[in-house]
Formats: sequence, structure tokens, C-alpha cells
Amino acid sequence: MYPALEVRGLVNRFGEQVVHDGLDMEVQPDEVFGIVGGSGSGKSVLLRTILGLQRPQAGTVRIDGSDITRLSEAQLRPIKARYGVAFQQGALYSALTLLQNVQLPMIEHLDLPAAALDELALLKIRLVGLPAEAARKYPAELSGGMVKRAAIARALALDPTLLFLDEPTSGLDPVSAAAFDDLVLYLQQHLKLTIVMITHDLDSIFRTCNRVGVIVDKRMESDTLERIVDHPNPWIQAYFHGERARARTGAARGT
Amino acid sequence: MGVEVRRSAQGVTLELSGEWGARELTDLEAQLAAVDVHAARELRIATAGVTRLDLSGAWVLREFVRRARAAGAAVSFQGELPDQLRLIDETLKDAPATPAPDAAAEASGALSAIGRYAVAFGRDLVLGLAFLGRATSVALASAGGRARLRPISIARHVYDTGITAMPIVALIAFLISVIIAYMSAQQLRGLGADIYVVDLVAIGVLRELGVLLTSIIVAGRSGSSFAAELGSMELNQEVDALTATAVNPYEVLVLPRLLGLAVALPLLTIIADLVGLTGGALLCRYLLDMPLTQYVSRVNYAISPSTFWVGLLKAPVFAVLIGMAGCFHGMRVRGSARELGRQVTQAVVQAIFLVILADALFAVLFMKMDL
Repeated sequence: MYPALEVRGLVNRFGEQVVHDGLDMEVQPDEVFGIVGGSGSGKSVLLRTILGLQRPQAGTVRIDGSDITRLSEAQLRPIKARYGVAFQQGALYSALTLLQNVQLPMIEHLDLPAAALDELALLKIRLVGLPAEAARKYPAELSGGMVKRAAIARALALDPTLLFLDEPTSGLDPVSAAAFDDLVLYLQQHLKLTIVMITHDLDSIFRTCNRVGVIVDKRMESDTLERIVDHPNPWIQAYFHGERARARTGAARGT
Repeated sequence: MGVEVRRSAQGVTLELSGEWGARELTDLEAQLAAVDVHAARELRIATAGVTRLDLSGAWVLREFVRRARAAGAAVSFQGELPDQLRLIDETLKDAPATPAPDAAAEASGALSAIGRYAVAFGRDLVLGLAFLGRATSVALASAGGRARLRPISIARHVYDTGITAMPIVALIAFLISVIIAYMSAQQLRGLGADIYVVDLVAIGVLRELGVLLTSIIVAGRSGSSFAAELGSMELNQEVDALTATAVNPYEVLVLPRLLGLAVALPLLTIIADLVGLTGGALLCRYLLDMPLTQYVSRVNYAISPSTFWVGLLKAPVFAVLIGMAGCFHGMRVRGSARELGRQVTQAVVQAIFLVILADALFAVLFMKMDL
């Protein structure tokens, strides 16, 4: 069985600036994998590379075993149907209602009758905890928290097995963020999803992630959550043992 | 893959197998629809053979079970109820069966369309007046020294709307003057009145076409860019950010654009006039064999001292109209990318309309003034 996602020897450069230099990353099926890194460490570039939005200078990105950096647009199509992405700001199509937003991937990839389209899209919207009335609203009419949930509903449109979340809890109040973590866990368990999420939120990491990858010095150090907190790298130490993190880390280790 | 039906003394058993996912959905629906639910009192569903069941597959199965139960069959699952099915039940347990009624489905028909249009038109008018009022009050405030003029910002807009528009304005002025000269030469040559070609080109370009064509090009170039720029700032909450820091967006965004354009458009008009006269001269020289000195003296004879100024006077007025239309529609963008496109289109259409309307009014005015 292939890893759900495997990145090997990734190199990303913009002119003189090297963002990734031999980055390795591996995500196993049914895992919740958190990507952590300082601002400007290249988390977003990594995500864009994995999603095929930009080609790396070197290295491979395998999703379910196929190297997406070598594939043409046409060959990528079935692979893209296998993963869903919830972007940081939602990236909902502003000219479409929420229901139409969820239906768009289905219309493009599947050949479904109209009734099934409506019912399935509504099911996805309810699944992420949004009320049915929200389906007819436009993105501009939704609150920040609702947009985040709506982005997940759209990401789930094609019943993917792999879900990417970009800073899912950023901009949410702690109560909403906790509810959002619960949603992520709920979906992961019931839909048997593999989830890769970029996040800064320590609470989120400790609540949801099995393994964590930290981008330091243009590479990634990844390990289980229990072990990564003891990694000797100074940035990782500062991240997990800084003032804001102390209470959390202690709790995770049961001390 | 799919559905296999087995009949026995106890009833009907459905053996499901293969992948039950979103991609197979249409096929699965057809297979399930072929199962005659009315024939069976008792229906057993075996899901052991299913290799992958996702939410869409589970939904199809759930719909089928609902249909079978409604038809009076007793449905049971062999082994565990699939997890996905339970998830859907849980999600939809307090849901209305059908989607909420479409809020967008309003009354249709010609009468209500006219009504909606009228209401929208009235609202536009009020908003337009409010915009005009705000812009004017800011302009007056800056004239009175109570609001700052921003020379750097104005200079940038002179460059963006004026300097960079020079090549296209010059090219179009040249081509138009050539077209007028050529057309009129063909007609007038038969009458032996070649010399009037010069009158037509000189008066036409200086009085009307130079400024009008320049304004239309600028409306397309800069009116749209004003609307798009302010519109995306509005979408990005930049305008709100300005207001929240007690900076008047009319003072920093609208006024510099209006003033910049009011400087740039007259200058562009002068260039268009020059190039237009040059184009006429070239055509007269090579098509009509008219010496250049004769062309120049005829131009001098044809135009009165006011001809040039009559054309140029209109330029700043047109500039303000174009700038107003662009800024007004830009600042009206709310919510969506589609709205941005709509407002930019409106800005350009309205700018061109206003320019031509104003030109017509000027024509009447100047006629009454015997200019």
C-alpha cells in the first residue's frame, strides 16, 4: 500500500531565494498530519506544490503512488478528484450560492441527475454542521466561521479520501476553533479521511494530529506528536516549549 | 460490481459488491432502480462485498432503503449497518427532506421586471447624487485649504491616464483624420472643391473629433481601471480601513483621480489635435498633391481663433465625467467578483454615454453663443 502522500527531495527556488532544499514528507492513510513552520518558512509553497499549482525545481510529489510533478493536466484530473482542499480564506466562488459552490465540482467531474446533485450537496453542507438555510446564501452573506465550514463542505464534494486544510482555525474564536477541531476529527473518523493540515494553532495540533511535520532550515522534521516535542532543534523547542505552549505540552505528556 | 439479487423462501437478498463511490453513482442508481421492491415482503441487504463505500454511495443506498420501506418491505442489513449510512442518518435526522425553497426565485414577468428596474434606477440616481455631493464637498474643502491636495498621487494618475495613453491616442487620431480626409476628398474632388478637405479635417478634428475620440479611449482605458482598482480595494476592505483611520477615501482615492484625469485629458487632446492635423496634411500632400504651405495657410484661413479652445475647453469637463463614473461604480462594488465585472462595465458604458451627451449639450451651447 502506498503512502497517501509522499514528498521526496523537494526543491523550490524563486530566483536567489531557496524555499525548500531537499524536503521529505510522508503521510500514511487515515492519519491527521499537521504541518507547522515559522512565517515565511514555505508552508504555503509546499501546499501549492503538493496541489500541483506550481512545479518544483526538483523532487517528487506522490499522491497514492503517482508522481504529480510528472503528469499532464489531463492525467492529473482523476487524481485531483481524489483530494479536496479547504483554502485559508475559503476561496468560495463569490458569484455562486453555497449550494452551487458544493455542486460545481460534482457537475464538472460526475454525471449526476439534478435531484441527486441537490440532495448530495445539501448532505455535505449539513455534514459540516451548517444549517440547510445557509445553502441558498452567497459567500458574502456567511460569517467567518461559516465560510471555513463551507470550504470543507466544498472540499468534500467529490468524496475525497485525502483532505488538505490550510490554517483551518485561523481567525476563529477559541470556542469555534475547538468546535472546528471536533468537526475535523468527526469527519476523519467517520469518512476514513487522510487529513493534511497547515496550522499554527497549538490547541488544534494537540487535539487532532497524529503526526506533525515541522519545516525548519528548508527541510521537514516529522515525527509523532509525542516525540516531536522533544526534538532538539531550537525552533521546534521554542515552538512547543515557549511561553504560550508550556501548559499544552505538559498536558500532552501527562505530567 | 454493483447489485446482485437472490430470491429465497424468506424473501429477497441483495448482495452488494465492488466500489460504491461518487463516480459509480449513476450506474448504481440505475441498478437499484431495477430492483422490484414491491415484489418482496422482506429485503435483506448484504454489504460484505463492498470494497469502498463513500458518502455518495451510502446516500444512494439510503434512498433505496427509504423507497423500499415506503413500498412496505421490511428491510434489514446482514451484519453491521455501514458506518457511512449511520453518519448520514445522524446528519439528516432533523433536516427537512428537501432543500429550502429558493430565495432567489422571485416573481417574474414583464411588469415586475419593469418595477424592479425602476426601483433600481431610482436608487442608482440617489446614490449617484450622494457620490456627486461627497466628491464636490471634498473638492471644495481642498480648494478652501481644509483638505489636502495630494500632488504625488495626482502626478501618478496623470502618468497612468495620460502619458501611457499617448501612443494609442496619437495612432487613433492619425487614422481618424486620414479617414475623414480620404472620404471627403473622394466626394469633393468631383466638385473641384478639394480645398475644402482641409476645412473639414481642421475644424472636425479641432472642434469635435480630437477631444471626443480621446475621451472615449480614456473612458475605456482609465474609467475601467478606476472602477476595477477601487472595486477590488472595496472588496479587500481597504476603503473601510481608510475610513476607520479617519482618512476620507474621497480625498485620497477619488479626488486625485479626478484631478489627475482633468490634467491629463486636455494634454492628450492637444496631442490628438496635432497628430490629427498632421495626418490630414500627409493625406492632402500625397492624395491631392497639395503643397504643405497651401495646407497650412488654408488651415489658418479655415479656423477661427476660438476653434481650438472650443475643443479644448470640453476636455476637463469630459475628464471629470469619466472619472466620476469610474470612481462611483468602483466604490459601489460589494461582495463578489461578478459584481466587480458588472460595475466596471457600467462605469465604461456610463462614461461614454455621459461624454457624448455632454458633447451634444456643448454643441448647442456653442451654437447659441455663436462660437
